[in-house]
Amino acid sequence: MNKKTLEATAPWILLVLTLVIWQATCSLFNVSEFIFPSPYRIAQQTVEFSGVIAAHAWRTYWVTMAGFGIAIVVGVLLGFVIGSSRLAYAAVYPLMTAFNALPKAAFVPILVVWFGIGIGPAILTAFLISFFPIMVNIATGLATLEPELEDVLRVLGAKRWDVLVKVGLPRSMPYFFGSLKVAITLAFVGTTVSEMTAANEGIGYLLISAGSAMQMGLAFSGLVVVGAMAMVMYELFSYIEKHTTGWAHRSTNNE
Amino acid sequence: MTTANFVDFQNVWLAYNDELLAENHFAVEDINLQVKQGEFIAIVGPSGCGKSTFMKLTTGLKRPSKGQILVDGQPVTGPLKISGMAFQAPSLLPWRTTLDNVLLPLEIVEPFRSEFKQRKDEFAERASKLLRTVGLGGYEDKFPWQLSGGMQQRASICRALIHEPKMLLLDEPFGALDAFTREELWCILRDLWTEQKFNVILVTHDLRESVFLADTVYVMSKSPGRFVVKKEIDLPRPRDLEVTYTPEFTHIVHELRGHIGAIRQAGAVINQ
Repeated sequence: MNKKTLEATAPWILLVLTLVIWQATCSLFNVSEFIFPSPYRIAQQTVEFSGVIAAHAWRTYWVTMAGFGIAIVVGVLLGFVIGSSRLAYAAVYPLMTAFNALPKAAFVPILVVWFGIGIGPAILTAFLISFFPIMVNIATGLATLEPELEDVLRVLGAKRWDVLVKVGLPRSMPYFFGSLKVAITLAFVGTTVSEMTAANEGIGYLLISAGSAMQMGLAFSGLVVVGAMAMVMYELFSYIEKHTTGWAHRSTNNE
Repeated sequence: MTTANFVDFQNVWLAYNDELLAENHFAVEDINLQVKQGEFIAIVGPSGCGKSTFMKLTTGLKRPSKGQILVDGQPVTGPLKISGMAFQAPSLLPWRTTLDNVLLPLEIVEPFRSEFKQRKDEFAERASKLLRTVGLGGYEDKFPWQLSGGMQQRASICRALIHEPKMLLLDEPFGALDAFTREELWCILRDLWTEQKFNVILVTHDLRESVFLADTVYVMSKSPGRFVVKKEIDLPRPRDLEVTYTPEFTHIVHELRGHIGAIRQAGAVINQ
């Protein structure tokens, strides 16, 4: 097996290894499935409740994507504004940092008062938790412009807008796609957390109700499903990133 | 060709901001300079003497604190679109092919800008032709990271020339290249200039480069940045690289070297 295929299969090998050790530990020490279910038990329950899980998973998925969509729009717009104006950067950035430090789960009770139980709080929590990295990355991409290049363009009579569109935006694209990968996983966290207290549907709700019914296998299935969805979306954006901004990922011999 | 001055600096002083102006601390002082149409001048001097500041003044990116600058008979009040610039770093855009990088100025500067969509093929052909003259034929669709440093610098010079500027400003354009590539690019620049006769202002710290290429070499002193020596290079044109091994050439280089040495000595006394 050459190095490349080994690298590609390494995560799968590690996964299988973990499952084997997990299963062995549970069987060997006879761990109660109400405390810590074995992988086999989790798989069993996943199949048993597959219809229910799929329904909740679909709900979590589209709610997350809705919140993530809003996060992209708002994050790009805000990032564009604070990346293109020094004043806006100085004004907005400290407040945004403070906002980002707040635990987003703490917003859920407030959102419930405003929007009631259901999709409202979940979408908004996913949005609140995921727009920040997008905004920061767009702003960084726009703000890092070589002074020489700016001179070259300004001497031609380029307006600020020209410089932003011809240089700033393309330059920030790798940062943008990089941030999407991070943001989508955060968005799943936001949705799940919100659903745990403020919904009657979704994986978060499933986790809570399975837990309270001592259905530990089912609760773990829920975790596995959220993890799998986040992983798939991450890989999707990673793929898009590689195929749209390949120029940023090649080792160059310049400069 | 007219004999009128193309670039005319009249007692130009520049302080970078109002505080420095109040302290009478100038980056460049009392610059008087007359450049003829189509003349190739080089500015040499120790690093930090305000050579790059001089470039910014000429292109209108900076306005003088005192004095007046005329280019092509007009006072300079803002960025001059009749000029093209290239720097030590090629600063090509990595997401654009070589051809698209060269075309960038045409997407910005008028009148090409408004015609860019309709005349794209024509412009692309012009860019290809320019790339061929600097030896980059066949590299149109390569990306900057697929080119060597010397090739990137050639593309950067093509970008500076694509809109047929009347004035080319080069800020140590060959500084980061190895000796052989550098001499190769001297010849490319010489040929482009011989053919198109635009004005060139070359800022460099390579004395051989300045003597080989320029009609007139100016030596700048440091703190304050002033022109202290003007040296007409009367070596016959066209010049070949062979000329750099002649006694006349060496003599001029030595003389300039002496001036620079004196400036550096003077600078050392006041500890700068």
